Amino acid sequence: MTAVTDTCSNEKPSEHHDHHGPARGLMRWVLTTNHKDIGTLYLWFSFIMFLTGGAMAMVIRAELFQPGMQIVDPGFFNQMTTMHGLIMVFGAVMPAFVGLANWMIPLMIGAPDMALPRMNNWSFWILPFAAVMLISTLFMEGGGPNFGWTFYAPLSTTYGPPSTTFFIFAIHMLGISSIMGAINIIATILNLRAPGMTMMKMPLFVWTWLITAYLLIAVMPVLAGAVTMMLMDIHFGTSFFNAGGGGDPVLFQHIFWFFGHPEVYIMILPSFGIVSAILPTFARKPLFGYTSMVYATASIAFLSFIVWAHHMFTVGIPLVGELFFMYATMLIAVPTGVKVFNWVTTMFRGAMTFETPMLFSIAFVVLFTIGGFSGLMLSIAPADFQYHDTYFVVAHFHYVLVPGAIFAIFAAVYYWLPKWTGHMYDETLGKTHFWLSFIGMNLTFFPMHFIGLAGMPRRIPDYALQFADFNMIASIGGFMFGTTQLLFLFIVVKCIKGGEKAKAESWEGAEGLEWSLPSPAPYHTFTTPPDVK
Amino acid sequence: MNADDDTPDDLSRRTVIKTGLVAGGMFGFGFAMVPLYDVFCKVTGLNGKTDPNPYRYNAETAEVDTSRSVKVQFVATNNAEMSWDFKPSVTEVVVHPGEVGELEFFARNPTGERMIGQAIPSVSPFQATNYLHKVECFCFTTQTLEAGEEKIMPLRIIVDQALPRHITKLTLSYTLFDVTTMGERTQPS
Repeated sequence: MTAVTDTCSNEKPSEHHDHHGPARGLMRWVLTTNHKDIGTLYLWFSFIMFLTGGAMAMVIRAELFQPGMQIVDPGFFNQMTTMHGLIMVFGAVMPAFVGLANWMIPLMIGAPDMALPRMNNWSFWILPFAAVMLISTLFMEGGGPNFGWTFYAPLSTTYGPPSTTFFIFAIHMLGISSIMGAINIIATILNLRAPGMTMMKMPLFVWTWLITAYLLIAVMPVLAGAVTMMLMDIHFGTSFFNAGGGGDPVLFQHIFWFFGHPEVYIMILPSFGIVSAILPTFARKPLFGYTSMVYATASIAFLSFIVWAHHMFTVGIPLVGELFFMYATMLIAVPTGVKVFNWVTTMFRGAMTFETPMLFSIAFVVLFTIGGFSGLMLSIAPADFQYHDTYFVVAHFHYVLVPGAIFAIFAAVYYWLPKWTGHMYDETLGKTHFWLSFIGMNLTFFPMHFIGLAGMPRRIPDYALQFADFNMIASIGGFMFGTTQLLFLFIVVKCIKGGEKAKAESWEGAEGLEWSLPSPAPYHTFTTPPDVK
Repeated sequence: MNADDDTPDDLSRRTVIKTGLVAGGMFGFGFAMVPLYDVFCKVTGLNGKTDPNPYRYNAETAEVDTSRSVKVQFVATNNAEMSWDFKPSVTEVVVHPGEVGELEFFARNPTGERMIGQAIPSVSPFQATNYLHKVECFCFTTQTLEAGEEKIMPLRIIVDQALPRHITKLTLSYTLFDVTTMGERTQPS
């Protein structure tokens, strides 16, 4: 036993006597109930999915490099757009946030582990199977899902490929995993906070995740209901969405977007928490307006339930409905504006330095705001008839998801890598990764605003000649952004293998319980609760 | 139950039960949206779906409002791969509110198979949906046609006297669906 190198070995018998370090070999990862191990698993899984979904985006951009049909057939193109969306949403962004929550929430609130460690293991290990099932549909007869990630009925029921059933089960499994993860996070935050850690002392990442978890348990079951209805329409002769049998296809859109709109906030609220942790550190000032941040997050979460029909302005809802959903949507700009102004004020006259996490966070604030503004443009119901289903929408949601969710995840990884690995990452390479991602991302998505306003429809493999130049620019940017992510992989692997030793407080003036722990964080932490002042 | 004595495990168990109930309840809510949507649409007429049951017409109490006339237009569309010939005998009728308008729809099954069709009505503008009554309609039940069979199907409508005055023209559109695999329905729901 003496050779065991974990930090909780018998050398400190006064502190620990009944804990063990990680088991050895592959089974450690299969059987683990340790929040750090599970967080790591989530993050690696999400990175693999990010590259998979990214490879599909490369196929899309390669086909759109020039007008005309050159590389893939239109059916496969449709499968690529669908799978890219599904994998990025359910495979990359959501698991990455759950991974960060697993790693950081217990460290931030002074808890020894997640509240339900065995369920935690289960909710992770469902994911790889769901992902394999989803991706395997591409190799089935009739191909994979080709109806867009929103899988509108009857396109996905009456006209869907035979593999749709596998897609439905994959969504069920992903949903179960998310719900269990969310319940675990709520139980941890509500019950395992260290003494003295009151709700209004919690770091904002914990707050935003608590609210996100409530959104998850509220809407993932609705999505499960929607795909269950699809399953019944396809196999059991019901007519939920079949007009011939008395159903209504528009009903599908209502149910889907009742899930779908809170879902987009599920993918952004944890980012708000991450950025609210990083900006104060590198501006060397406390976060401006903590309380207003908490209330703004809660307001956004509430409003997300009453705006869903702004995705459906063109289906024929009455004027009163258009107006209600238009104004309710615009209202979201208020709490979001509160957040953006708080971040800007936090940086204002701060002693700022620009390490990689800070660069990604500042880019987040600027670019997410651009995405927010195009969202406001889309919320104007009469104008939406022009924008609907064009590349303008694609530009909008990629501006909120790539520099929003993904940049925040990058920022979080760079910020906490020293805590996870015990090494500082290579700052020069990190900055290179940032600038290449920043330029690549803007090259890809900014021209899409223009071609969208000019009328290029989304999800079509060919386009009119006047869109050729901007599409070529977007494709070049896309290839650049895509390849850059291999550099990210290299930086992370390099940091795990070695590098400058990280101090306990890896960043000067960083606030939070996680920085009171040594780097790398020991396998077991806070077995006795810390004192929170 | 004194909350101070609870271990974190007890607290967590209670949180799991509560949040699990929320999740289960929301799964149910997803399904509850189906009838809620139907009721909402019925009250507002939003999706243009008319009453699937025959209108009980009372010739003695119904007063014909001769002060105005309403033009009712008819559209017949085939859904997706439905191969029947399907059309109205006239494209429009002009009626006074309260007066019965009569016309016929023609359907022919040109295929070599026995087929079942279901016509789904929709009224535009949707504000008029609840004011267009059908005394007799082929859409109340499914229609079965043998191979090559054709059929004249009567339609009798009444525009309600309470129809808002600003609506002077409305469209009754029928989309014909192939429901052969779903079977016959001979009773109005």
